[in-house]
Amino acid sequence: MRVCILDSGVELDHPQVGAVARSVAVTIGEDGEAVVADDDAGDTCGHGTACAGIIRALAPDCELFSVRVLGAGFTGSGPILLAGLRWAVEQGYDVINMSLSTTKRQFAEVLHELADTAYFNRTILVASAHNMPVESYPWRFSSVVSVGSHAVADSLAFFYNPDPPVEFFARGVDVELAWTGGGTIRATGNSFATPHMSGLCALVRSKHPWLTPFQLKSVLHLIADNVGGR
Amino acid sequence: MSEPDFNAAVAAGVLGADDAYRALLRSIVEVARAIFSAQRASIFLLDEEADELVWEALAGESEQGLVGSRIPSSTGIAGWTLVSRQPLVIEDLTGDPRFARDVAEETGYVPKGIMSVPLLAEERALGVLQVLDRPQRPGFSLEEMELLGLFANQAAIALDLLQRSRRAQAALAGTGDVAVVARLAAALDAREDKAAALALLAALEAVLTE
Repeated sequence: MRVCILDSGVELDHPQVGAVARSVAVTIGEDGEAVVADDDAGDTCGHGTACAGIIRALAPDCELFSVRVLGAGFTGSGPILLAGLRWAVEQGYDVINMSLSTTKRQFAEVLHELADTAYFNRTILVASAHNMPVESYPWRFSSVVSVGSHAVADSLAFFYNPDPPVEFFARGVDVELAWTGGGTIRATGNSFATPHMSGLCALVRSKHPWLTPFQLKSVLHLIADNVGGR
Repeated sequence: MSEPDFNAAVAAGVLGADDAYRALLRSIVEVARAIFSAQRASIFLLDEEADELVWEALAGESEQGLVGSRIPSSTGIAGWTLVSRQPLVIEDLTGDPRFARDVAEETGYVPKGIMSVPLLAEERALGVLQVLDRPQRPGFSLEEMELLGLFANQAAIALDLLQRSRRAQAALAGTGDVAVVARLAAALDAREDKAAALALLAALEAVLTE
């Protein structure tokens, strides 16, 4: 299973994360266009590393890929995010983890198209719901697996939400995380629920690789703890 | 306006506003500290040009003189919150001395626990709200996270107003990138044939809003 982490990068050789098959970073070039290039800078703030550690813990045999779209400086952050997602969708990863969102409305349409392209190309896009009172994307689109937090101390426990737009709730409270500098720490945030769901998607798909995103969502519904259970 | 004095009109709107908004931000951090029974609460404002976070307001036992000091915008826990635009809560920072030190640099205080939340206004990340050392309870509640988010929304609105007020004041003082608007208003005031000048401005507006 090839799992992509669209985030702030992933720290190199973190014991909780292990090998990262490939790391790229998206920047804005001199001509104003987004450029995707191989990158060995690791993680700028620790967010991507934390997500990678959670996915590795749940799906130890997956191949991890890092696309850095978050970091220092905020100019062009929207175009960088779009270019990074487009590149990741083109690579045909099995799962793309997006523990982030944008509030920029002008990007909503393109994000929507990219989310649909991923869906029809059999790439599962797993995105964090914003737990603050703001409109953001792409988690609101029905072609993605959108994730909020629950407070149960079980990394495999997740719940189907019969009252969308958030479709699933996964572990997001008091989670042990890979932390920058090779360490770990316990923290709470919606950002951490999403990689739990990504890890579960990778696990299910590794056993049943023929599942389309539609079928995988149906399976997730049926095995959710408040529906069929494990 | 029949006898317009645009500068005076703008001045009336922003006179003393900076002090009032500062008081509002201080009030927000004091209430944040009180509702979470925390030791401290702070608001940082993002200075995009310098890529730094500026300490705007603080509640707790400390020097108000720290207000105005700056930290990098993409490192530490404040940086995490701003970059990811997602709240982060850590109950026990003592397990990671390096991050504890980062927070100490952010806040001038070594905390055990921290709640950090981005301040978002429409499409922009304006800064960060942090609440330090609330009493530890068994099991963090998601309701607290929601409360923090609601609070952050209020703080973001205040911070947005503060920034707008500062831009208006910079314009009045003839500095900043919007000073040209104030000069334009003054020049318009001075003209006798206002109708022609206003028609020209209306045409410019049409071009700019195309």
